[in-house]
Amino acid sequence: MSATVPSPLRPHDYKSDVKPVWCPGCGDYHVLIALTRALAELQVPPEKVAVVSGIGCSSRIPAYTTCYGFHGVHGRSLALGAGLKLVRPDLTVVVASGDGDGYSIGGNHFLHACRRNVDMTYLVMDNHIYGMTKGQPSPTTEPDIDTALAPGGTGLRPFNPLVIALASGANFVARAFSGNPPETAGIIAEAVRHPGFSFVEILSPCVTYRPDQKAWKDRVHRAPVDATDDAARAARRLMTDDGFNLGVLYRGNRQPYRPHGNEQIGELAELEKEFEL
Amino acid sequence: MAEAPSVSVAFVGSGGAGALTSGRLLLEAACKSGWNGLLTRSVGPQIRGGEAAALLRLAIDSVECHSDRFDLLVGIDWLNANRFETEIPLGPNSIVISDPNGAAPPAIVAAAGARVIELPLKELTKANPTWRANMIALGAAASLLRFDETILADLIATRFEQKGAEAVAASLDAVRGGARALGNHRLGTTLAPPRRTAAKRWLLTGNEAVGLGAIRGGIRFAAAYPITPASEILEWLAANLAKAGGCLVQAEDELASINMIIGGSYGGTPSLTATSGPGLSLMVESLGLAVAAEVPVVVVDVMRGGPSTGIPTKSEQADLNIAVYGLHGDAPHLVVAPQSVPDCLLATQWAVYLAEELQTPAIVLSDQFLGQALLACARPADVSFIGQRRKATEIAAPYCRYALTADGVSPMAVPGVPGGQYTADGLTHTVRGQPTSSAGDHGAQLDKRRDKLERFVYGDLWATLEGQGPLAVMTFGSLTGAAREAVGELTRAGHAVRLIAPRLLSPVRPDDMAAAFEGVRRLLVVEQTHSAQFHRYLKAHYTLPADTVVLNRAGPLPIRPGEICRALLEGGNS
Amino acid sequence: MSEGAPQVFSLADLYAIAYQIEADAVERYTMLAEQMEMHNNPELVGIFRDLARVERIHRDEIASAAADPDIVAHARKVAEWRSGESPEAVDLSEAHYLMTPRDALEMALAGEERAFEFYNRLSDAADPDVKRLAAEFVAEELAHVELCRSLLRRYPAPAPADRWIFEDPDLPVSQE
Repeated sequence: MSATVPSPLRPHDYKSDVKPVWCPGCGDYHVLIALTRALAELQVPPEKVAVVSGIGCSSRIPAYTTCYGFHGVHGRSLALGAGLKLVRPDLTVVVASGDGDGYSIGGNHFLHACRRNVDMTYLVMDNHIYGMTKGQPSPTTEPDIDTALAPGGTGLRPFNPLVIALASGANFVARAFSGNPPETAGIIAEAVRHPGFSFVEILSPCVTYRPDQKAWKDRVHRAPVDATDDAARAARRLMTDDGFNLGVLYRGNRQPYRPHGNEQIGELAELEKEFEL
Repeated sequence: MAEAPSVSVAFVGSGGAGALTSGRLLLEAACKSGWNGLLTRSVGPQIRGGEAAALLRLAIDSVECHSDRFDLLVGIDWLNANRFETEIPLGPNSIVISDPNGAAPPAIVAAAGARVIELPLKELTKANPTWRANMIALGAAASLLRFDETILADLIATRFEQKGAEAVAASLDAVRGGARALGNHRLGTTLAPPRRTAAKRWLLTGNEAVGLGAIRGGIRFAAAYPITPASEILEWLAANLAKAGGCLVQAEDELASINMIIGGSYGGTPSLTATSGPGLSLMVESLGLAVAAEVPVVVVDVMRGGPSTGIPTKSEQADLNIAVYGLHGDAPHLVVAPQSVPDCLLATQWAVYLAEELQTPAIVLSDQFLGQALLACARPADVSFIGQRRKATEIAAPYCRYALTADGVSPMAVPGVPGGQYTADGLTHTVRGQPTSSAGDHGAQLDKRRDKLERFVYGDLWATLEGQGPLAVMTFGSLTGAAREAVGELTRAGHAVRLIAPRLLSPVRPDDMAAAFEGVRRLLVVEQTHSAQFHRYLKAHYTLPADTVVLNRAGPLPIRPGEICRALLEGGNS
Repeated sequence: MSEGAPQVFSLADLYAIAYQIEADAVERYTMLAEQMEMHNNPELVGIFRDLARVERIHRDEIASAAADPDIVAHARKVAEWRSGESPEAVDLSEAHYLMTPRDALEMALAGEERAFEFYNRLSDAADPDVKRLAAEFVAEELAHVELCRSLLRRYPAPAPADRWIFEDPDLPVSQE
């Protein structure tokens, strides 16, 4: 490294030596590649990035990066990440989750994270199944997929997370596909740059429990329309979303959340005045 | 050639070798031949393709724990097998089957002085491309154990039927090839011949037994959120509750599942969920609600390594504290701990019955060992415990849902019954169920909920009490099997030892326990916790013999009978 | 694939892009070797490490032929695929813990064929130096393609009826 010009960070600077337990063929390997590329594009030092996750295969990602990480409990990664960002606005906070962790047990926190609009980026690796616990349906599983907990299929309409994110106030909404790492990297970088709560749903096939998802690479396609900053227009576009539209849907203009602050006092002793007799 | 009542075998392999499949087939073959057995497994961190060990114990009688040593270790391959070193103890009489053309066996083999028999797996699979290494190894193991060839052949034919006739033929050839390759090698110790009995036997896991016990006890509604190692209970119920006229719904999280079953139970249907430590932690607030509102529910906690995310695939007993103490406020409730795989059926069925009778939550404290162990056992006897809550039918106005009664149990109106309308509440309430802050009402309802549990006649099921003498081994849950075996060994060696294993952990039974301790001079408490939770719990609520010693260890390694014997005689942790 | 591919404006650009193509291959094969190691498939560990080693040699040969001391930085500037990836960045979703040597070689062959096509498209470049170098790379990639095909002949495809032999009879494990 030269003393005057620091050498630029490269994607492999963000990848740790820890060998993933992900099954070979898992889409999450490409997501890891995309994330490291995005961080390299942003040139943010790894020590200034925090990757916060919940429980599930996708949530193993923090240890596979050289950033600060927190592998939290199931479904609560958004709360963890928000707390961190509120005390440390200088950090780049990336929250990572899966469709089970993020939309099922984490569903409530998802609504409120979109609403609260803290400046952080939420990546959900969606494989339409609970992978880590042996293949139960998730909120995005198709209604006819046969599983042990829902024999014959759930018969339930899957969530559309983009609709929920938009309706709840997320400031940036996009969908990517792990099978195209450079595009995914670009979307992640843009999501991080965009202020407020940025949500990126990343379709990421599960090679073990959903081998049928190999067909996804033929189903994904660029969204037929451009991104918009008009929530109503974005909502109309979602009406025809087949779940495989890729790209940025919405870039909003909400101000990121700032906690309410009182005027700071000079001395702590001032606080005692109200008790004085 | 010596005959032994039990023989322990382990298969180790990786990368999709099929070690667990070989283990299961060997167990099934043994069971069909009339023996009993136990199969557990240990795996690496991968979801597929990892290192795997199938740990078996085959015996003439039903066995409930692993023994102190493995007699036979079969290495389909040795990749990363050192991961299993501490779980597969060997001795100088152990035999290890190893491929001379593969990697060398792990260090423990030589260190234990075990004898290695060569099985040229790579050569055989090269010469016979349709032979799978795990099937060759299975054949070798079965031959060493002198199993009946036809029984194993029939099993294989059934197991591989779906893959086609060639697959079946190739598998049979591989098994025979393995047997031939071993030549005349035999284990020094052979399994004594199986007991011929007309009694029906079952092969099932603790989790399946819990499911069946739940349905037998009257459960007809379950809410499910998957978690290792409890998911199999819910998966079994998903298929079978419907057959019994009930239903299961997958919830979005544990907060939803506990509240769904409280709602279902309020509606009149016995309801259950199953989870593990992290899920139970989420549920405690709502369990308190069920206690306060006097709504019966059953929550099965299949304990795993903790705290927090812990070691999801391994067993431990350290959820005792949260099970008995986890609710805020004074919230007495039931905690029942099954003691073996078949006892998972009985204990769960009993827990449903108790929960319904006493209108309160029952936590069934199972663990990963019991939950996922595959065991051959005598068909569990039918027992008559069926949940029957006291219902309010002819209701005189005003209906007092929480009336103070002699036994503390007040009749519950099920929605739909005219005149029985009440609002169930977590708020402290009057006998009519209306919120109150009065000291009198609060005290009365606290007394009611405590008294109903204390006054109930639980009968002999409250604990397993076996043997007599001044020495006693005390434990709970999955360690009961190892403790029982230790007691047997010590008794055969001339000591007078008893076994005390409470099945009902909460509420406490001071009089019954005092009777159980009568004449005990030395008590050994055995538990799989780091902080000796069980010992502290016993000390808090009971008067223990002056000479009480403790053998406690956190998971993941099981506590074996030999250790228990030594600890009792030498005075606690070594 | 070509709409996202980088533009080649000079000989130096072409060297830098070629360098990146091989560097991407090294990275991917190394990742695959590590995955196979983690999932106990030693035969494939060896094959992927060999492929990584060979690509590393190609990469280093290109670096020395380019005589560009900043080729890594240069590559990062010019070797950008806007859609899809560089031709020899093999698709990790094609991996499987039970993959066979044949599967690995088919992956490698597809990469070499894509590289061949990429350089082939440059054969009508305006700059004569670029054109000449591109032709050299085309010939090299063709040789790689042939090598993969000959190696593949060592590993015939199994009959569909025999696929069961390669399946894992054990069920997946739930880790959490």
